[in-house]
Amino acid sequence: MGRDAGRLSLFLLFTPFVLWIGLLIVLPQIGIGYVSLREKIGINEFSFGLKNYADFFNEPIYRNTLLRTAWISILVTALALVIGFPVAYYIAKIAKERSRAALFLMCLIPLWVSDLVRAYGWIVLLRETGVISTVLLRLGIISTPIEMLYNDVTVIIGLVYTVILFMIVPLVSTLQGMDDALLEAGYNLGGSRFTVFRRIIVPYAMPGIVAGCIITFMLTAGSYLTPVLLGGKNSSWFTEQIYNQFITRYNWEAGATFGVLLLLFTSLVVWAGLMLTGQSLATTVAKD
Amino acid sequence: MSNGAVRDDAPPSTATEGPAMYDLSCSRVTKKFGAFTAVSDVSLDIPSGSFFSILGPSGCGKTTLMRMIAGFETPSEGDIKIKGESVVAVPPNRRNVKMVFQHLALFPMMSVGENIAYGLRCRGESRAEIGKKVAGILDRVGLPGTTDKRIEQLSGGQKQRIAIARCMVLEPDVLLLDEPLGALDLKLREHMKIELKLLQHQFETTFLYITHDQSEALVMSDQVAVMNAGRFEQIGSPKALYDAPVSGFVAGFVGDANCLPGTIADMSGTEARVMLDDGGAVVGTVSDGSTVGDAVELFLRPEALSLRDGEDGMRVAGTVDSLLFNGANSRILVKIDTGQMIEVADPSHTAAMAEGDPVSVSWRPERARVFARRTR
Repeated sequence: MGRDAGRLSLFLLFTPFVLWIGLLIVLPQIGIGYVSLREKIGINEFSFGLKNYADFFNEPIYRNTLLRTAWISILVTALALVIGFPVAYYIAKIAKERSRAALFLMCLIPLWVSDLVRAYGWIVLLRETGVISTVLLRLGIISTPIEMLYNDVTVIIGLVYTVILFMIVPLVSTLQGMDDALLEAGYNLGGSRFTVFRRIIVPYAMPGIVAGCIITFMLTAGSYLTPVLLGGKNSSWFTEQIYNQFITRYNWEAGATFGVLLLLFTSLVVWAGLMLTGQSLATTVAKD
Repeated sequence: MSNGAVRDDAPPSTATEGPAMYDLSCSRVTKKFGAFTAVSDVSLDIPSGSFFSILGPSGCGKTTLMRMIAGFETPSEGDIKIKGESVVAVPPNRRNVKMVFQHLALFPMMSVGENIAYGLRCRGESRAEIGKKVAGILDRVGLPGTTDKRIEQLSGGQKQRIAIARCMVLEPDVLLLDEPLGALDLKLREHMKIELKLLQHQFETTFLYITHDQSEALVMSDQVAVMNAGRFEQIGSPKALYDAPVSGFVAGFVGDANCLPGTIADMSGTEARVMLDDGGAVVGTVSDGSTVGDAVELFLRPEALSLRDGEDGMRVAGTVDSLLFNGANSRILVKIDTGQMIEVADPSHTAAMAEGDPVSVSWRPERARVFARRTR
C-alpha cells in the first residue's frame, strides 16, 4: 500500500517533467533532426541523405558565420568572466553582510525587463542621434555625429551586458562557500596576493567558473535579439541564419540542418572546455 | 606587569643573555576596534622552544592577539618582536610565524602533498628539495605515504597532523595554534593533547597555543597566560596557576573549585573569617588586597577538602547529597548545614559513603583562597 502510494507520487511528480522534456525538447529535436536529413527533390517529394549538411560545408558564408558566432561567444564568455569575477568576489567576500543582498539584487534588476528593452537601451545610447553622440557633439569633442551601432564591438558589449549575471550568480555561490581562513592560511604560509589568487581562490572557484562559462556561452551562442538589433546587417549571427532559412527563405531543411549543427558545435565547445579544465558537468552546473 | 613573572619562571636551559633569547615577545600590545578594546596592554615573552598557552573564555581577546602576531591585524599600540626583531610593519606572508587554524584551513582542492608543498613552493624551492622535505615531514608526523591522498580521505586526527606538518615544514620561529582541538570529539582530543606535546618536543619549536579549555592548557604547557577581558590576569607554570592563583578569575577558571560568596568579618594576618551570603562563617586565606568588610569569594579545590574525622583546621558539618561517580574523578556532593552545595574529591571515602550520611568537611585554611568578588 505504502509502496503503491510512493509509486503514485513519483509518477505524479515525474509526469510534468517527462511531458516537458519529451514534448518541448526531445520531440522537436527529433523532428529537427528528421527534417535536416530530408532532401527536397520536387514538390512534396523527398528523399533521405546528407545533402543539407554537405551544402553547409560547401558554402563558406555558413561555415564562417558559425565559426564567427562561436569565436565571439567565447570572447563574450571570457569578458563576462573577467568583469564578473571581481564583482562576484566583492559581493561574496568583501561586502558587508547587510549590503550583500542589496548588491545581489542590483545585479538582478536588468533581468526584470525583456531582452528587447535592454537592447533598445543600448540603441538609445549608441545610435547616430543617440545620447552619447549628441553629448560629445554638444561638448565639441566631435564635429559630426558618429554611429556607434552595427559593429562587432557593440554586439560584444551588448551580449556581455546581457549574460554577465549568469556568470556572477554561480561565482558568488561558490565563493561564498570559501572559508576566509583558507586565504589567511595562504598568506600565512608565505603566499603573495597573486599566489593566493592563482593557487587558492581560482582553484576553489573553478566549479563556479566553469558553470558560469557554460551557461553564458550557451546563452550567447543561442541568442538572437541582441546581435540582430545591435549588429544589424554587419553582424551576421548564426541564429539569424537559422531564422532566415526558416522564415525568409522557407527552407526548413537547411534551417533544421543549421539548428542541429549549432547544437552539436556548442556542445563540442563545452565538452572541450570541460576537458581543458578537468571538470565534469556533475562538479559544475549540476553541483548542489 | 607580567614580564617579571615570565622571566622568573623561564626554563634556565634556554636562557642566553639579551632580548633575543625570546622567540616571541609582545610589549604593551593594545588593539581597539572603534570604542571596543579587544586587547589591552598585553606583554609576554616566550622563551625559545617552550610551549606557551593563552587561556581564556571566548571573547577575551586571545584570538585577536594571535591574529596580531600572525599579522592579520595591526596593533593599535605596542610592539611585537619575533626573534628580537619588530614585525609590526611586516606583512603576514613575510613573517616566520605559521598558524594552525581553528578549522585547520587545509586546502580542499589540493592533495596532502600539495598542501604541505604550498609554502615551500611559495619560497621558490626546487622540486627535488620539496619532494624530499614533504616525505620527511610526513614521516615525522607519523603519516608516511599519504602524499597523494585527498584531504577529505583523512580522519580528524590525521588532518590535524597534516595542518601541523604544513607549518612545521617551513621551520617557523613560532607556531601559533588557534584552538585546533576544538572540533575533535572528546576521546580524540585527549589523545591529540599528548600527541601535540610530543610533537612540540620533537620539533623543539616554540608553540603558542590558544584555548578556552583549561585542561588542554594545563596538560600541554610550560607556561600559561590566563586572559580575561583583553588583559592578562596571570602568567605562570600550570602548577603555579593551580596552586597559587592571583585573582578570583584565575582561581575560578583554572581547575575546578567550589566558590562560596561572602563578606570578610575579621582578619588576623592573611587569615580571614568570611561570613557567607547564605549563612554561616568559614575561614580562609586572603590572597589579594581584600580587607575587612569587602565582598569576597572563597575558593575551595575539591581535593583540598577532607571527610576524615580528626583533621585540624576549618570544619563544617553537612550531609551527603549525592555521589558523582566518574572513575578516578569521582566526587561527593555535600550539602553543608548552611545550605550550600560543595563538591568533595576524597578518594578514600567515595566508596564508603551513601546518600544522606552525615559528614563533616574539613580543610586547612591556607588551602581556601579568598579573593575580591568577581564583577559579572
